[in-house]
Amino acid sequence: MGKPGSRPSIRGQTKNIQQPGTGTMLQAKKKTGLVFFPAFDWAISPTHPEREERLLYTQDQVFEEGLLDIEGIVEFKPDVVTIGDVQRVHFCVPDPWAVMTESHFISAGGAKTIGMAVMDGTVDRGFALVRPPGHHACRIVHGARGFCNVNIEAIMIEFLRRAYGVERVAIVDTDCHHGDGTQDIYWHDPNTLFISIHQDGRTLYPGTGFLNEMGGPNAIGTTINIPLPPNTSDEGYLYTIKEMVLPILADFKPQLIINSAGQDNHYSDPITNMNISAQGYAALTTLLKADIAVLEGGYSIEGALPYTNTGIILAMAGLDYDNLREPDYNVETYRQSSKTTGYIHELGDKVLELWEQRDSLKEKARAGTHPEQRIRSIYYDTDSIHEHQSETIRICDDCGGALRIESAANGQKPILAVHIPVKACSACRDQGHKWFESADRTQFTDIFLQDRTTDSYLSLTPHKGK
Amino acid sequence: MIIGLDVGGTHTDVILLDGRQLIREIKITTNPENLFQTLLAGLSAVIEGIDPKSIQRAVLSTTLATNLVAQQKLPDVGIVVAGGPGIDPRHFRTNDFYYTVDGAQDHRGREIQPLDHEQVQSIGRALERRGILYAGVVSKFSVRNSKQEEKMADLLQPFVERVFMGHRFSGNLNFPRRIATTYLNCAVYPVHKKFFKAVQESLAEKGLTMPIHILRPDGGNMNIESSVDHPAQTILSGPSASVMGAISSAPSQGTCLVLDIGGTTTDMAVLIDKAPLLAPLGIEICRYKTLIRALRTESIGIGGDSTVRVREGKLTIGPDRTGKAMAYGGPEPTPTDAFHVLGKGAGGDAARSRTGLEPVAGALGLSVDQAAKLIFETACRTILDGAAEMINTINSKPVYTVHELWEGSRIRPEHLLILGGPAPQFAEQLQTMFDGKVHVVPHYQVANAIGCALARTTCEVTLFADTAQGIATAPGECFNSKISSNFTLANARELTDELLRKKALKRGAGSETLETEILEESQFNMIRGFQTIGKNIRVRMQLKPGLISK
Repeated sequence: MGKPGSRPSIRGQTKNIQQPGTGTMLQAKKKTGLVFFPAFDWAISPTHPEREERLLYTQDQVFEEGLLDIEGIVEFKPDVVTIGDVQRVHFCVPDPWAVMTESHFISAGGAKTIGMAVMDGTVDRGFALVRPPGHHACRIVHGARGFCNVNIEAIMIEFLRRAYGVERVAIVDTDCHHGDGTQDIYWHDPNTLFISIHQDGRTLYPGTGFLNEMGGPNAIGTTINIPLPPNTSDEGYLYTIKEMVLPILADFKPQLIINSAGQDNHYSDPITNMNISAQGYAALTTLLKADIAVLEGGYSIEGALPYTNTGIILAMAGLDYDNLREPDYNVETYRQSSKTTGYIHELGDKVLELWEQRDSLKEKARAGTHPEQRIRSIYYDTDSIHEHQSETIRICDDCGGALRIESAANGQKPILAVHIPVKACSACRDQGHKWFESADRTQFTDIFLQDRTTDSYLSLTPHKGK
Repeated sequence: MIIGLDVGGTHTDVILLDGRQLIREIKITTNPENLFQTLLAGLSAVIEGIDPKSIQRAVLSTTLATNLVAQQKLPDVGIVVAGGPGIDPRHFRTNDFYYTVDGAQDHRGREIQPLDHEQVQSIGRALERRGILYAGVVSKFSVRNSKQEEKMADLLQPFVERVFMGHRFSGNLNFPRRIATTYLNCAVYPVHKKFFKAVQESLAEKGLTMPIHILRPDGGNMNIESSVDHPAQTILSGPSASVMGAISSAPSQGTCLVLDIGGTTTDMAVLIDKAPLLAPLGIEICRYKTLIRALRTESIGIGGDSTVRVREGKLTIGPDRTGKAMAYGGPEPTPTDAFHVLGKGAGGDAARSRTGLEPVAGALGLSVDQAAKLIFETACRTILDGAAEMINTINSKPVYTVHELWEGSRIRPEHLLILGGPAPQFAEQLQTMFDGKVHVVPHYQVANAIGCALARTTCEVTLFADTAQGIATAPGECFNSKISSNFTLANARELTDELLRKKALKRGAGSETLETEILEESQFNMIRGFQTIGKNIRVRMQLKPGLISK
């Protein structure tokens, strides 16, 4: 088994950074890019966890530590994503302007800036410390759910695929909540490995992310869910990384590893029940060796974020973080029970077993009744929207498969969304166009075609006569 | 009348102004080994035959502190640092006698680890044993709560002559820079104090008792008494003298690029609507990154005396200076020699220039005149490229609000203001290569000393208020006050303005009207659970750098 570090590199080579003679001068071992965009003038609502104040103390800590002065840590100004960047991933209903604010264009742009800097070889790694977050945003967007409107990682990844020809990507989502939006977007994509590590969905929003959620019939196995029990501490979390995530990454051999770096597993987070410390976050970052990290959730804005973000930045840059700790941290208070440890070990065995059996599980899934169909309801907690979806995927061994989705929000007339994947085979391409062209125009308010083979996006609004 | 004196690496410029009228200008050679003698010679020359009582003030810009740092002639001092959790503070070591102790505050200034008094005292004893007379103390987040630094100073004071505290030098966050800033102040202090005491005494002997101000790198000045408390705030003041010298001829609106073209280097700075742009954090000198307020300046290695060579068939200019131009008896060809060949030189021996450029022309396969033209154009191109890079860096500065990112305007210089010895020659060529207007600053050879004379006093105040804790604090001003829960940003602004005015008078601001401005301000509601527990308010204000009114 190869190590993740040995994966094929497709990026520009950067020169090794020389160590200065002084020895005490801090110098990043990995040149690390940062986009810091705290959106100090943007909130979902005044008392919402996703509010102006969220990254204030993180900024104070980052500034006071002098992190931006360290040789080899570079701060970039975020770009703004284009409508094309958004429509490469999402079907926004009725259009992107209706579901996005300026801040979303910038936070997705921050991720894109970091992605480009990494691909250009300007930096070795990068961290987009931006808000608002994105991992609950699904392929179809009617509004905000789980504080997210658009999926900033997916927008970045699909841009990198288009601009740099990246193929195999792994996303490791370490937010405490299941990354259900990212899962939805990559459900049918065998070239994107999505691993979500989160507090068990039986005890936390969004209530999904169980072992049996493994991807669609064309991509069984490349969606992996690791639901950890409440009160998991650093020990259990790092075990998960070492014993489950790293071996799977080594098998998958991604060209890029993206970390959806939520920080709400912290012991002080007000809306979750996990016990990870800043040291734990830094250590997991060291282990994971992600090329790109993107901030997701994390709402202990004073007790956790200043320290976890400092830890992640230091770890990405390959700098020493031994002296970093929260003022109130006591390892004994947050030690996990032996029962928790035992549970996680068993969970690990199951995760690896499923991974090993992915090919046979795919056969089995396809043999079921109507494997190409999926019908589900999606709830948008932030905007109070009930969405009903009916999905059809073309079963295909040559590509991710053409995808057709009918979606209705709050019982209104549905829209139709047709997706043709990046490397679609000609049969799937034809199928996609056929679905789009033959759609009954009286049945839908909007009909969308996202054809990734030509990087184009078409929308028809039948009642307007087009 | 006002005296302005600017000590440069090669020359020292001294001028005498009556109102805005230039009465006298003098250029003498700087003796870097004896700045005291240079300073006195300059001052004596400029006031010769003038009634000492008619001199209202003198503003001096010296390289004293800069040289001490650059030549690593700093004395041993003790630095004691309380880091708390975060990057290991041992990484920020500035000097040999650098100690870390236990003690910490968090980002809101709440004590999270008590100070270890015994550790500090034992360091005090060690410093005393070694005969170290000066010490600096710094703690993390001391700009939010200075109590631990004050306690450290109290504990060390019995063992040394003077202790400097980090929070007094800047209200900005940046612990490593605060350490470096405190160290430099501490280490420059003894020489600075002795030097300016001697200057004051010598001037008094000549009957000169006017107030003496020292120029700072932020385009302002402070009185000599304040400078003794903040001696490192005199480091790298040279470029700010030139910038202030250019200000009077800058248009009141629009963006100007100031180019001070010297013998070895060209210093660049930016003026927006006649106000100079400040560096985001502070000066960087040698290996020290500091919080010493400064104008945003960049220096590139090209000037009138830069050495011209041909390397592998390509023309290079600078970054070194071998000596004077050949026209003035120097050893190697320079851009100044190119002017002489092209008939743009004043004085000097054009024939020597021509002879000097012959090998260059030969190596390039050009005639001497063509080579001179190429040298001239290349020098100007290099300067403009350097300027473009600087502007680009300024424009790519990250911003942290949606509003700033969306509305943020990019700057684009519309004017070039040129000063320094070869200003007129360069201006003529630059006009053909630059889209906007090119101006030569009046009295371009001594405009730096004029800028020095006319600079206002500058200073800055940072206030932090936390209504949940019920405190407002400006540690730099020794200000701590209890506030009520309905304290607002407007109250904070008012309070900061008041503290700033008080500080300005102490720093030597005189009759000139005090123009204060807000550099940064923010107010955040602090929500815990779904309750608003208070407001977190930050205000940073400055005395605007500029010229005195009369």
